[in-house]
Amino acid sequence: MISGFLFHIGRYILLIRQVFKRPEKQSIYFRQILIEIENLGLDSLAIVAFVSVFMGAVLCIQMAFNMDTPLIPLYTIGFATRQSVVLEFSPTIISLILAGKVGSRISSEIGTMRVTEQIDALEIMGINPTTYLIFPKIVASMFINPILIMLSMILAVAGGWLAGSLTGLVPSSEYVYGIKAFFEVYDIYYALIKSVVFAFLIVSISGYHGFYTKGGALEVGAASTKGVVHSTMAIIVFNLILTKLLLA
Amino acid sequence: MIEASNVSKSFGDHLVLDGISVKFETGKCNLIIGQSGSGKTVLMKCLVGLYEIDNGRVMYDDRIFSRMSFDEMKVIRQELGMLFQGGALFDSMTVEENIVFPLSMFTNQSPEEKRERANFCLSKVNLENVNKLRPAEISGGMKKRVAIARAIAMNPKYLFCDEPNSGLDPHTANVIDNLISELTKEYNMTTVINTHDMNSVIEIGDKISYIYKGKLWWEGNKDTILESDNPELNEFVFATELTRKLKQK
Repeated sequence: MISGFLFHIGRYILLIRQVFKRPEKQSIYFRQILIEIENLGLDSLAIVAFVSVFMGAVLCIQMAFNMDTPLIPLYTIGFATRQSVVLEFSPTIISLILAGKVGSRISSEIGTMRVTEQIDALEIMGINPTTYLIFPKIVASMFINPILIMLSMILAVAGGWLAGSLTGLVPSSEYVYGIKAFFEVYDIYYALIKSVVFAFLIVSISGYHGFYTKGGALEVGAASTKGVVHSTMAIIVFNLILTKLLLA
Repeated sequence: MIEASNVSKSFGDHLVLDGISVKFETGKCNLIIGQSGSGKTVLMKCLVGLYEIDNGRVMYDDRIFSRMSFDEMKVIRQELGMLFQGGALFDSMTVEENIVFPLSMFTNQSPEEKRERANFCLSKVNLENVNKLRPAEISGGMKKRVAIARAIAMNPKYLFCDEPNSGLDPHTANVIDNLISELTKEYNMTTVINTHDMNSVIEIGDKISYIYKGKLWWEGNKDTILESDNPELNEFVFATELTRKLKQK
């Protein structure tokens, strides 16, 4: 099992080295990056927005439920909701959702290209398939994911405000005061650094599993599952590492 | 000319190619034939560098291809076209985009020049008005023809075809065979075709190499293959009633 793990780590590192080789023609790659920004980022906008609003709403209600004491000021609900959203929920939970949505798409797309010999066709043309297929996806995700995460933060905080106001658990003025209280810009940097690292992990790990797919339709499905599972595990592990490095 | 000298390839303990030495001549359709599992696809993938060979060498004219790095291979690969068994057209692109893709990658041609080239290549394979269709919207035979058009877009010196008429009806298979043969003669390419279709062998086999259990077992051409007394070759060639009747005549 350990030798298998080391084998995959070694092959993954070699693949990443190949991915960052000089592209054949930069204008083509620039166009590919724009296409991938649409495929991987803009197409995820709806799910990110939907999850964020409801996540923020639930967070606010839970905070209100747990702080039901006159000793804690009501604005703490807004403050705690914002902190939870900015530090953890938006960067990590949204990245986990993107690992499922984007990761499975990347693994199955590249895996299908492998089993239908499209990757061989690229190689025969003298094109580095790893650079052509994975590099634009990495760049696009590392660019668009932080924007999605920022959007998620705004929508989650707004969702919390909506839930708090509509249920009467926290007055609007208290919530707004809370979300502005003790604001540290570094928290945003921390969240964005995490989202960039998670974006790299999602695309590179899913791309790795797709690229080394062997067999047919069944194996493409298996590669897609592995891509999602392994990128999810990597996000969880790196979440801990980054939190220790950046906050502790 | 492409030359393989003493090429061997194993997967784990399984020896697939056992010291194969063969020459593929310029301006001819060089056929690699053999039963399923005999190693002909592996040989072709070794020739184009998709598999790294264990022993021996592969030469393109005077250049030792098998000892080149990926970047060095790029030069030869731009002189090489390949038709894959399933076509291997890029699903996300239209027919025209598939054909102009290598041109966009390796030339500085204007969009008009590339479109003209795509139309020229499509006319060579007798296709028109399919430019904007996607691979999923065209038939199997059309896919093969588009794949040939893509393979010749860069004016290749070497053309590889992996089972070009598998899964096609006899008429379309014949059209594809003749197309490859005509293009080979017209552009003086070194064409290597991997097939187990006896009709192709008899139609276009300028040079035929029979692979048996990973070894080069017999060499000849379409005129000599039916006269051979090699028992393993005859077992392959006369496996069907049609070829047996052909021999009787």
